[in-house]
Amino acid sequence: MIEKNKTEKISAEKLNIASQWKLMRWKFYRHKVAVFSLILLSFFYFVVIFGGFISPYNARQNDIRYKNAPPQRIRFFDEDGKFHFRPFVYGIEAEFNDKTFQTLYIRKTDVKHPVYLFVKGDPYQFWGLFTTDRHLFGTEERAMFLMGTDRMGRDLLSRIIYGGRLSLTIGLVGIACSFLLGITIGGISGYYGGRIDRFIQRTIETIRSIPTIPLWMVLSIALPPYWSVVKVYFGIVIILSLIGWTGLARVVRGKFMALRKEDFVMAAILNGASEKKIIFQQLLPSFSSHIIASLTLSVPGMILGETALSFLGLGLQAPAISWGVLLKDAQQIRVLANTPWILFPGLFVIITILAFNFVGDGIRDAADPYSAI
Amino acid sequence: MSNKQPLLEVKDVKLHFPIEDGVLFKRQVGAIRAIDGISFTVREGETLGIVGESGCGKSTTARAIAQLHPVTEGNIYFEGKDLTKMSTKELLATRKNIQMVFQDPYASLNPRMTVRTIISEPLNIYVKRRLLEMSQTEIENRVEELMEIVGLSRFYKNRYPHEFSGGQRQRIGIARALALNPKIILADEPVSALDVSIQSQILNLLKDLQKEFGLAYVFIAHDLAVIEYISNRVAVMYLGKLVEIADSVLLYKNPMHPYTQALMSAAPIPDPQIEKNRKRIILKGDVPSPDKERIGCYFYDRCPKKMEYCKTHIPPMKDLVKGHQVACWLYGKKGE
Repeated sequence: MIEKNKTEKISAEKLNIASQWKLMRWKFYRHKVAVFSLILLSFFYFVVIFGGFISPYNARQNDIRYKNAPPQRIRFFDEDGKFHFRPFVYGIEAEFNDKTFQTLYIRKTDVKHPVYLFVKGDPYQFWGLFTTDRHLFGTEERAMFLMGTDRMGRDLLSRIIYGGRLSLTIGLVGIACSFLLGITIGGISGYYGGRIDRFIQRTIETIRSIPTIPLWMVLSIALPPYWSVVKVYFGIVIILSLIGWTGLARVVRGKFMALRKEDFVMAAILNGASEKKIIFQQLLPSFSSHIIASLTLSVPGMILGETALSFLGLGLQAPAISWGVLLKDAQQIRVLANTPWILFPGLFVIITILAFNFVGDGIRDAADPYSAI
Repeated sequence: MSNKQPLLEVKDVKLHFPIEDGVLFKRQVGAIRAIDGISFTVREGETLGIVGESGCGKSTTARAIAQLHPVTEGNIYFEGKDLTKMSTKELLATRKNIQMVFQDPYASLNPRMTVRTIISEPLNIYVKRRLLEMSQTEIENRVEELMEIVGLSRFYKNRYPHEFSGGQRQRIGIARALALNPKIILADEPVSALDVSIQSQILNLLKDLQKEFGLAYVFIAHDLAVIEYISNRVAVMYLGKLVEIADSVLLYKNPMHPYTQALMSAAPIPDPQIEKNRKRIILKGDVPSPDKERIGCYFYDRCPKKMEYCKTHIPPMKDLVKGHQVACWLYGKKGE
């Protein structure tokens, strides 16, 4: 009993002297789904950062032997139920059916391709630093397609990993842009008020009154066709964020207007806090939870925006690889019916977006000291 | 007390807020005369109470002294130096000595900051602006010291304001005001948002702090009992002007201005015998809007003792007895 009291006392004291970030972290850990989502997202970003190494093949390497090959499984047990210490995949062979004109793949149980770690494969540039041909895992011969291949025989898993590079980062870069714009412009509007405020608000209203998709279309047509993939990528980011900042700017403005007359702002002014300090230390933290929530909640918006634009053929174009570009292949119902695995990128879009939403939820709850700990 | 140098001198201060009109391009069409020419002094270690109805300019006076609103006219001297003419840098260095305690302890503490951040903020700003030399550990120790001075446990320093009661929050506000070792604290109705039982605690705390650190207070309240308890001298404000200043004892014993008399008569006396016989002076009407310029006495519309002369002549502040100033034509010679 005494022991228990002692530990309780210690934890109460620990709670009293913990910093704000520590309190936030503790609270975040209680949100199990958010923690799981965060781990999942970290895993995604990790895979994407080391994409060249982790993806089994070069995403652009086509192979006429394996067009539209279905996903395969990595196996430990063979047909006879015998356990193999080294996992393997069965070989597949295309067979053309002259009655239906369909190419079907037949599993050849007599051919086993063992899966090795750190296998030699397609050469790639590691972070643009040096060229290597080591991959995390793979078979010696090109024969393992865990998520199938597309119509040109390119490995879909590798393409999804490479596509994630663009799709997962476009959201972050775009959000960074639109939040910078939204908070700065909204902050100026709300803090100073008057004529500046009126001008900014009318501008926002004008931007918001333009329908999104036509605006996207116009702006993306404005991107010169001779631009490189990277330039187009940043062009798209800027297009998405040019529209995205207005909502946040309004919220920030409203909050600033309400808060700048509060006594605690007066107290800060009295103590000689600079305007920058007042805006960033007094006003913004008062609705940081709101900002964090809309931050994480609009990352999916950006990812979806990119996907939608690319799907419509307005955003990134092949040969660039993004999830939207990959999904563009799934536009035809016939393709979908015969090779449903090319929808895998869509699955990743969904998982990513859900994960971002859950993480956003968790952070919002954790950053808000007004919900019970 | 009277031999002490004035710490703060407010001289003919006016503060007008512009009234604007127009859809796209605003132009000034008038002014709210929040303060319309007031003068008083505060000496070191004394408490000047300011009383008056809501909207008479009490809080604005405090803010004008703290230079939170630029004054329209007049001068405010602190230790002989004019605050209204200082550069930002100079003002900051001087204002270290002038701190405020706010009325609403719920609005005056940033809800997203821990107590430690709130109390250490002035210190951090002054350190950053090189107006103060202190290490982080010294600041930390100072925060803990301040919390104990105002009667809070230092273990609370990582808590947020919402975890405290109103009285405790006001203690945090006082600790913040004390952080820079000020010479004068402008207390803007510091107890009016609190329970009566807590009010006396805070008042006693303020009194103790005054004794310990030799603080001067400008104490604003609308509760006459509170003002009587804490003040050495009392100023009565009406419609942006001072009507009477006197030593607390003198004023409560012998209020001279008709407005002060009316105010005093409105305060209940905690003795049923006397209370029964208390004569009340009921003022007619409301406080007029402070948006027009006046040529006569500001109290003319509601004064029970008004004279024809008052309508067109603004009464100046006159010394009647030593330490008792009144602005009323009933006393002294007219037409001076």
